Amino acid sequence: MDAIFLQVLNGLDKGAAYALIALGLTLVFGTLGVVNFAHGAIFMVGAFCAVTFEKILTISTKVKDESITFFDAYKEVPILEAKFPVVGAFIVDYSVPFSLIVAVPVMLALGLLMERGLIRHFYKRPHADQILVTFGLAIIAQEIIRHYFGANPIPQSAPDIVAGSANIGALFGLGENVVYPWWRLIYLMFSFVVIASVFAFLQFTTFGMVVRAGMQDREMVGMLGIDIQRRFTIVFGIATVVAGMAGVMYTPILPPDYHMGMDFLVLSFVVVVVGGMGSLGGAVLAGFLLGILQSFASMNEIKSIIPGIDQIIIYLVAVVVLLVRPRGLMGRKGVMED
Amino acid sequence: MNRISAVSDWILLVVFAAVILTMPVWLAPFGADYPDLMQKFAIYGLFAIGFNILFGLTGYLSFGHAAFLGVGSYTAVWSMKLLTMNVLPAAFLSVFVAGAFAFVIGFISLRRSGIYFSILTLAFAQMSYNLAYSVLTPITNGETGLQLSLSDPRVVDAMAGISTGRSLPSTNLFGVKMSGLPGFYFCAVVLIIGFFISLRIFRSPFGTMLKGIKSNQTRMAYTGLNTRPYLIWAFVISGMYAGLAGALMAATDPLAGAERMQWTASGEVVLMTILGGAGTLIGPMLGASLIKYFENIFSAFNDQTLNQIFDFVPDSIRGYVVELVSLFVGDGWHLTLGLLFMITVIFLPGGIMEGFRRIGGLFSRKKSNTPSSGAVSDQP
Repeated sequence: MDAIFLQVLNGLDKGAAYALIALGLTLVFGTLGVVNFAHGAIFMVGAFCAVTFEKILTISTKVKDESITFFDAYKEVPILEAKFPVVGAFIVDYSVPFSLIVAVPVMLALGLLMERGLIRHFYKRPHADQILVTFGLAIIAQEIIRHYFGANPIPQSAPDIVAGSANIGALFGLGENVVYPWWRLIYLMFSFVVIASVFAFLQFTTFGMVVRAGMQDREMVGMLGIDIQRRFTIVFGIATVVAGMAGVMYTPILPPDYHMGMDFLVLSFVVVVVGGMGSLGGAVLAGFLLGILQSFASMNEIKSIIPGIDQIIIYLVAVVVLLVRPRGLMGRKGVMED
Repeated sequence: MNRISAVSDWILLVVFAAVILTMPVWLAPFGADYPDLMQKFAIYGLFAIGFNILFGLTGYLSFGHAAFLGVGSYTAVWSMKLLTMNVLPAAFLSVFVAGAFAFVIGFISLRRSGIYFSILTLAFAQMSYNLAYSVLTPITNGETGLQLSLSDPRVVDAMAGISTGRSLPSTNLFGVKMSGLPGFYFCAVVLIIGFFISLRIFRSPFGTMLKGIKSNQTRMAYTGLNTRPYLIWAFVISGMYAGLAGALMAATDPLAGAERMQWTASGEVVLMTILGGAGTLIGPMLGASLIKYFENIFSAFNDQTLNQIFDFVPDSIRGYVVELVSLFVGDGWHLTLGLLFMITVIFLPGGIMEGFRRIGGLFSRKKSNTPSSGAVSDQP
């Protein structure tokens, strides 16, 4: 029982990342009708926003080490910490959450630029062309990151206060051995908040209403005198921000490297297809579901029955779903029916 | 098929064969006349020609073709380990195994079309790649890659009384070693045969059927035609080409690794085909050679050579120039590749062949005022 509960939790945090990326993917697809292979790269760029921010914060200076009294020793201390001991140390410690503040405008600008500069010209082109051009863009983003940050993963640390593990088991009365890192729990909560706010934004605001109407019938909305194109561009920006934030917050869980975007992209695409192209709820559901499935498949008990299942489970599920329910779990009729 | 185009096809084939076989001569001025590189031209050309049969003719974008290449490589190396170092059986076995593998995957994937088909093939390729790294290690030798060893049985060779001695045997074609120029000529001959088959497919009723599927599958279905068998055969044939290319890789360098199956490798063959011109006969070959040629040149650069090249630039800004250019060369070759990819798709969706045709159109417009038809696949 404990083990199962733990596996569900383990699956949830990976699933949260899948869900956040897949949400943006399907949002872009539902509004602009564009298959964006560069979405994983956006996730990665978000993660590297956190890395850059942390690097800037910790630009160091040499300070005399007071703890050593035998000789003059110097240690590297971030300038920020040297100048403002309390506040500086606090900011450096919380660099990952603080980099969200930087990442959001950066990602928004990036998204709008990308949509206006590139994606706009590909609305009418075949999906194959869209896939190819965004694939090219993803390669470029990946290589630029690799050039400046190197090929090795760069570990980021969560704030000290949540560095340890939470004793979840005690909370739910499941025994003492169910422990779970705090940061993953925060990530999970964070993803719930982001997903809920995206849904609320679409459901309860006028802007969201127009966007939903546009997803149903963009021509009609256009005829009503609404500049639907501009709103869809903003939706693209929102999708970029969501993926970027997902990347920022994921850095303490998985040290970012230049190809993490591609790894997540392939899986997120599978998630979108399983959930149903253009269905937001489906993407979120499938993201969490596949995350949990993957974590169950990597249990030793299951691996001993079917060796290698943990490597292929997601793809296998995708194949089965696509063949049995071609529209995906919650796909609507008439979306990508070719 | 009228007679004139039949004649022009033969001319095309002869010219193609002549160009390929004289590569060592005319590539010398470009500094690309060494066998390793020319083997790559031929192998990737074959791979792209095969991919083009699926993508160029039917419009189905497969993102998992590298899996067949990998399967072909593994089969070829196993054939060399178990049977004989002769490359012919290895090639035939690889084609067969890759074809069977492609049939299974195609049978399932082709139930869907469009982006779903791309995702399904991608999923299968990723599954094969992941399995090759993990559970199938006894067959694939995991990360190390499958290699020859002295203790391999090589049943046929042993029966024929060919002793390997103390050193690892090299691949051969009835005694001719498959390294260096002979290796290239072997690949070249295979490539020409592959090109000939592709030419025949393009001109056959089967090929016409595939083009019909590309332009309007629904209408093909309404005329009472079951398109699935045609698609499956196209998929299997292009899988066989990929398997053959994998076998040639193993023939020139008897080593097979799982990284050949990664989806970036699938992306590369897509790029080759698109760059040259999908749906054209010689476009894929052109694209493959260009990419492999520039990969070879660009990835050889490092900061030192760059500093030499930009010697004429004043010292004060040379650093910046070198810094900027070094983004695109050496390790950054993939960046150039990505850029090329985007530029091609944005400005020249028909690839280099379309570019040629546009240039040709500029000159011939005055003579004939009939607009050239939109069908890309009509032209070689």
